[in-house]
Amino acid sequence: MAAVAAKYKDFQDLGVEVLSISVDSHFVHKMWQDYELSKMVEGGVPFPMLSDGTGNIGRIYGVYDEDAGVEMRGRFIIDPDGVVQAIEIVTPPVGRNVSELIRQIQAFQHVRKTNGEEATPSGWQPGRPTLKPGPELVGKVWKVWKTDLAF
Amino acid sequence: MKELKIGCGKPTGAKVGEPPKEKTHAEELQSTKEEMMTPVRVGTKATDFEAPAYQNGNFGQVKLSDYLGKWVVLCFYPGDFTFV
Repeated sequence: MAAVAAKYKDFQDLGVEVLSISVDSHFVHKMWQDYELSKMVEGGVPFPMLSDGTGNIGRIYGVYDEDAGVEMRGRFIIDPDGVVQAIEIVTPPVGRNVSELIRQIQAFQHVRKTNGEEATPSGWQPGRPTLKPGPELVGKVWKVWKTDLAF
Repeated sequence: MKELKIGCGKPTGAKVGEPPKEKTHAEELQSTKEEMMTPVRVGTKATDFEAPAYQNGNFGQVKLSDYLGKWVVLCFYPGDFTFV
């Protein structure tokens, strides 16, 4: 959460709202903010920290671990229409990559801006070429896109 | 974040941006169960929920559908004071 908070301005610049959620109560969220997060990031976590004490929200989102009674690391990119565009779920010991999250948001926003006329190839970053899916492109991707562009 | 009476975190039984269907109480219980069983998938509407929240020194109630019209990143994590 601290890593997301550290890049909060980037999310704001992209017009993205962040919500974090765990089975802890909102009271414990406050203690975590006061005692630890505020020491990791200046000002602490600026976005709402939600409480899902029963795990019922996590169950629907497929991240609740019934045996451990906690939620796995799951992040969902939801577009302005309320449609889930991307899901990443990992088990607790491995943290996420905030830079990749931002890159995916930029890619989804670009696709939305072009009304789906453009698609972003592997590893796409703003400024790099996109693909325009259509009959002419079938079998010709190799002409307009090289694997070097993915990295 | 709305400063409202704080309830527990729960799914509302509707998809984001769609009104809850008008049904009898029994049907409502059944449909809520069905919504509960419908897993969230990419390309489909997120299931709406509301939950108590802490933000910048305040407690409040957050509802996912209040964010319609904006991009949202929803991050689940195992627990406060975990290490990663």
